[in-house]
Amino acid sequence: MQISLYRYNPETDSEPYMQNIDLEIPDGQDLMVLDVLHLLKEKDAGITFRRSCREGVCGSDGVNMNGANGLACITPLSSIVKKDKLVLRPLPGLPVIRDLIVDMQPFYQQYEKIKPYLVNDTPAPSIERLQTIEEREKLDGLYECILCACCSSACPSFWWNPDKFVGPSGLIQAYRFLIDSRDTATEDRLANLDDPFSVFRCRGIMNCVTVCPKGLNPTRAIGHIRDMLLKRAI
Amino acid sequence: MVTSVTNLGKSGVSDWLLQRVTAVILAAYTVFIVGFLLLNPELTFTQWSGLFETTWVRIFSLLSLISLGAHAWVGLWTVSTDYIKPTGLRFLFQAVVVIGLFVYVVWGIQILWGA
Repeated sequence: MQISLYRYNPETDSEPYMQNIDLEIPDGQDLMVLDVLHLLKEKDAGITFRRSCREGVCGSDGVNMNGANGLACITPLSSIVKKDKLVLRPLPGLPVIRDLIVDMQPFYQQYEKIKPYLVNDTPAPSIERLQTIEEREKLDGLYECILCACCSSACPSFWWNPDKFVGPSGLIQAYRFLIDSRDTATEDRLANLDDPFSVFRCRGIMNCVTVCPKGLNPTRAIGHIRDMLLKRAI
Repeated sequence: MVTSVTNLGKSGVSDWLLQRVTAVILAAYTVFIVGFLLLNPELTFTQWSGLFETTWVRIFSLLSLISLGAHAWVGLWTVSTDYIKPTGLRFLFQAVVVIGLFVYVVWGIQILWGA
């Protein structure tokens, strides 16, 4: 199989380039892209990428594979390789540190902005704040986000305004806390989102839904936030 | 919360709502005008000017003209904040758009309600 790999080492390269590498894939196996990266690293130890759990839980190995963002560890070659060619690039829209490793700071800054923790100004109970089964069910499809940045880095609105648009990942998390029955900061949270950029820069093109490796739907969560903002304003 | 002073509404939700409401008005006006043209294939100047003599058509036209101004302001402001990164150039573009829309709206009022 022919691999075209994005290479950039700021210490030796003046600019990034694509390196073509022929790789023998063992017969009868459907390797994951992460396995391919390990095979490449055996050939050239300088090839750099992030990985940790290798089972789609930690969100470390988000990369762009044949044009689509995803987690290398849970993406089988059979699902993305066409004509025996695989193009591997870092996640788009984020500064590249080296090869496939991007600087996640702009992404984390947006995550920080939405205050991703429970805020409750009532006295703490002796054991825990209980929820009904129905209240807890509202968090399903929201809390599972692993912050891999596949969605936000696939979003043109995030590419154009990474400092202002919260992005799909931050917004699905924002809704996770807006809808949590134990959180009492709903009004403050909504007030912080009611500007022309934070939420409303979403154009609903749903790239985020297409690429989310956890099968989540940030566009739907953004729609719910917009509904909450509308109800609050009208 | 991102601070912004050159957008039309006070907040993101007001811009969003304005753009959608004005879109519906513009769609209705387009259907009305196209429908009128289709129903009057042999249109004369007298019929055309007669249409705009009617008060409700003038009000509808003015509403559509103001809607066009608001719709274009929100839309082009968004385009400028997406694609024009140098602040000075972005501000210049926004100023030209807003002044241009103002001129069109006032000119339109003059055409509709003038002698």
